[in-house]
Amino acid sequence: MTGTQDDGSRTGARTEEPRTTGSDDEALLPELVAHLREHRTKLRQQWVSRIREENLLQAMTSQEMAAETTSVYDNYVEVLETGSVAALQQYARDLSERIIPRGVETHEVVGIVLLLRDVLARSLFEKYQRDFGMLNRVLDAYEPAANRIANTVAVSFVDERERVIRQQQDSIRELSTPVLPVRERLLILPIIGVLDSERARQLTVQLLGGIRTHRAKVVVIDITGVPGMDETVANHLVQTVDASRLMGASVIITGLSPDIAQTLVTIGVDLSKMATIGDLQGGLEEAERMLGYAPSRPEGAPAP
Amino acid sequence: MTSGPRLFSILRQGAILIASIHTALDDTQLERFRADLIDRIGHDRAKGVIIDVAALDVIDSFATRTLRGVADMARLRGARTVIVGIQPDVAFVIVQLGMDTGSLVTALDLEEGLAHLAAVTGAPIGPGR
Repeated sequence: MTGTQDDGSRTGARTEEPRTTGSDDEALLPELVAHLREHRTKLRQQWVSRIREENLLQAMTSQEMAAETTSVYDNYVEVLETGSVAALQQYARDLSERIIPRGVETHEVVGIVLLLRDVLARSLFEKYQRDFGMLNRVLDAYEPAANRIANTVAVSFVDERERVIRQQQDSIRELSTPVLPVRERLLILPIIGVLDSERARQLTVQLLGGIRTHRAKVVVIDITGVPGMDETVANHLVQTVDASRLMGASVIITGLSPDIAQTLVTIGVDLSKMATIGDLQGGLEEAERMLGYAPSRPEGAPAP
Repeated sequence: MTSGPRLFSILRQGAILIASIHTALDDTQLERFRADLIDRIGHDRAKGVIIDVAALDVIDSFATRTLRGVADMARLRGARTVIVGIQPDVAFVIVQLGMDTGSLVTALDLEEGLAHLAAVTGAPIGPGR
């Protein structure tokens, strides 16, 4: 995290013209900060109107916009003053947490920070335009700090978004492979959606664990809702079936779509050891027969 | 044969031998296990053998081959074999590494194994003959 920001600031500094003077510049930042504090209201309003012009952050009401822009502005100036991005980082993360669920995009966040950078740079131009040497030095002091801020905010936002994505992936993964005991010693695993290798691995873990916990003898895996399957996943499924057998459970696969059936035969997966039955209903009937339950369908009724 | 503590036990229950492996066995121990078990089948006139591997968190290819060998030899000496208690991840590794489990009969746990043997051999599971 810190490493990234340091890199950013170094990159920012490297793109600068070589500095002509040393110690004088150190005194410039406080002066700059004082200027920005003094014109806070005016500059902030300019910034907000720029944001409006660019149609950014439309998810926010004007009150929220006022509150957030004030905080960002103050944080921004504080970073210029102290040179420490820690507080800004924290704020940016909180802000991201608040606005990500409302659909604010990366370009908007980066956009508003860059706008603020430009608004402030413009005001510095105005202030120092009569003294070109001074303006140069002020910008030398301002630009690296400003770049560093933009970098920090963007990285915090992206980090936060990735965290949200990871969290969602985890919950999807947990939900994706339910193991349902329907009768004593009979489990059903309905699988819906694309079965990639990560999910197939998850399926194996859940299934074998489920066999142990529920002391299952028969497992019905229903893949009616799986649109397609590649060779790796198909082989994984065959291995899972074999492993279940080692644990004393028989597996019945139901609901192979025509597409999947075609794929499996074409790629030559060895399916001889897999028990497959057309649909879930047939699979359950077969499972009940194996477990010695009376058939749930009256004799003479048409087979599926 | 090596001496030292035995890392497995073989108990008789009616016409059935219950062999429990307590910890991962090295190759010598595995051979000793095989020899002892085959010996006991004749000695106890067993009709069924249960090998409980629930305590093992690794079953390598040599162990798989040995277990298969035990099952085949036991069959030749008139006893059916069931392997019970294979752990979920062990089961998957065995399959994933393509170890040939061939004709091995497996069951979830001791209870299931006994039920299976009672069904296939007709041997009484209670004490005595």
